[in-house]
Amino acid sequence: MIRTPLRPLARILEARNKGENPDAIERENIRLRHEAMRDRARQRAESRLLLLAAVFCVAYAVIGFRMGVLASTDPAEPQVYAAGASIRAQRADIVDRQNRILATNIETYSLYAKPPIMIDPARAARELAAMFPELNEDRLLRDFTGKRKFIWLRRKLSPEQKQAVHDIGEPGLLFGPREMRLYPNGRLAAHVLGGASFGVEDVSAAEVIGVAGIERMFDERLRDPARADKPLMLSLDLAVQDATEQVLEGGMRLMNAKGAAAVLMDVHTGEVISLVSLPDFDPNDRPRPAVQGHASDSPLFNRAVQGVYELGSTFKIFATAQAIELGLVNAETEIDTRGPLRWGKFRIRDFHNYGNKLTVTKVIVKSSNIGTARIAQMIGTVRQQEFMKKLGFFDPTPLEITEAGGGKPLLPPNWSELSTMTISYGHGLSATPLHLATAYAMIANGGYRIKPTVLRQPVPPKGERVMSAKAAEASRIMLRKVVTEGTASFGEVAGYEVAGKTGTADKPKENGGGYYDDKVIATFASMFPASDPKYVLVVTLDEPVETTGPEPRRTAGWTAVPVAAEMIRRVAPLLGLRPAIEPGGAAGITLTSN
Amino acid sequence: MRSVFYVLTALGVIGLAFWAYRENYQTQAALDHASKLHRQIAESRARLGMLRAEWAYLNRPERLRELAALNYDRLGLMPFAPEQFGRVDQVAYPPQPGLPVLTEGVEVSSAAGARP
Repeated sequence: MIRTPLRPLARILEARNKGENPDAIERENIRLRHEAMRDRARQRAESRLLLLAAVFCVAYAVIGFRMGVLASTDPAEPQVYAAGASIRAQRADIVDRQNRILATNIETYSLYAKPPIMIDPARAARELAAMFPELNEDRLLRDFTGKRKFIWLRRKLSPEQKQAVHDIGEPGLLFGPREMRLYPNGRLAAHVLGGASFGVEDVSAAEVIGVAGIERMFDERLRDPARADKPLMLSLDLAVQDATEQVLEGGMRLMNAKGAAAVLMDVHTGEVISLVSLPDFDPNDRPRPAVQGHASDSPLFNRAVQGVYELGSTFKIFATAQAIELGLVNAETEIDTRGPLRWGKFRIRDFHNYGNKLTVTKVIVKSSNIGTARIAQMIGTVRQQEFMKKLGFFDPTPLEITEAGGGKPLLPPNWSELSTMTISYGHGLSATPLHLATAYAMIANGGYRIKPTVLRQPVPPKGERVMSAKAAEASRIMLRKVVTEGTASFGEVAGYEVAGKTGTADKPKENGGGYYDDKVIATFASMFPASDPKYVLVVTLDEPVETTGPEPRRTAGWTAVPVAAEMIRRVAPLLGLRPAIEPGGAAGITLTSN
Repeated sequence: MRSVFYVLTALGVIGLAFWAYRENYQTQAALDHASKLHRQIAESRARLGMLRAEWAYLNRPERLRELAALNYDRLGLMPFAPEQFGRVDQVAYPPQPGLPVLTEGVEVSSAAGARP
């Protein structure tokens, strides 16, 4: 850069010659130079300000644009997470106690139509109607050519059906992915599982919601995405459930019953190993609730859990157990059984006349109504109520399926001494077979309270005591004698020491006014093996009649007991119980001295 | 000196830009790969679920019972019954190889006769 000298020699000399002050030239030059510097500085400052303004403008524009974009777009998850979310199944599986699948999900497709993009609606309607019998061609054609923009056609398609619809080649027929609940075992355990259906539906997905049974009770748990890969384990055993269902179905046919129920329960944990109610249904294609007729005639009705029946003589053991517990009697105490027993204008009779006196054991073995009523009189109303409450006969069973809440026992509105006497032999108090199984399990396990459950219990819960071990033991011995020498002689299964009590109760007429003469509920409540009970089985037949004899027989000893015996024979090996020789009480060896 | 510095800085910027560009594309590729893997996992799980459902369906007790009945001649399968429990001493074990059977007399007097 060439700087202009402040005192250029030529001009200085010239100025000196003219007699001017050369310093003026220098000052003039300094001024010019400063002006130039000032101009340059201003220019630079101006350009910097401009640049800054431009930067700010751009920044504001970018931020504004970004905000506009954010405000106008739909929210979306970041890509990495979105991919992870699609992996998870929508609803957890349900498995039995050995991890065998009872309910799972499969992927399927739904079918919908968008008429505006259809090319040949007439052909599509014709082909669809030919493919799916429930669709009507005229109706479809009207829908496809009308004003509608969107039509659901089917909720579920099999892969073959999907391919067939695809082959129509109509761009207006579209598929939406769906997860569908599948019960691979069909009717098995239908009443426990319940069923599922679609909730909120969308083109790309649909909610699967439980509508009954355990699916509804644990809907939240099954739908919880955090636990979707952990199956819900039930206490049911698939093989045992199948065997009980088979035997019960056969028994129901043979005994000409219109319905049947069976409950098999582990006496120490309260786990329900098998719960059957017949007739049943297929949860994959759950029928609609009946709109007419009696609710209990619908296959959806769960007799084991919802059906409250007077369960008859099976209740007698509760009266004797309590009397022994209270120290009022022992197994050999003699009870006056002269009949009929009058109470006001009401008479209590026995099936046969059993003579004047019976021991307590014989009262149970022969099933004497009069004897049990006398024992109940000794116990009294208040103490009986307390005991029945402890056994769980006052509330619906706490089983984890929605239907259980509907099985509220029917108690007498005013619990008089007469009620006490009739309840002692099972009339006047209606309860479900599951109630009965629970109460028998409490006798079988030595007098501890248990809670019936369909969930697998890793550790057996220890309940409080409801009766002494002595009373429970005495009751078990009496129940064993019912099978060896009493009304349930068909119940003997070699090697399994079945103990139990029969019960035959006349059915009350639906419109009130007494009981039917020829319709009964036959029940057999049993436990096995009697010396150390592990399982309780309750079999109930609705209106059975056994017709092989000269006259029809309806008592439980002829109907429910053989069915229960066959069931035990089939089920006990599956439960891993090895047949054993009954430990004899006194086999001739007595300790005389040591 | 200064121009060398400029050149180096420019080269540095170019290098960084190239690095950032590559990183960007590698990230994109990794994301694509991850989402592809996720999709594959999802597909595999769906297939696994389908296979499990199919397995359960094919093993449903009703079908097994029918198959056992159909093939009774060959398999002879019956429902499990209490009589089928056995005991260990009912199992016929292969015979132990014992000592050889003695057919001829054994001289015992020789040992006795050796005594003085």
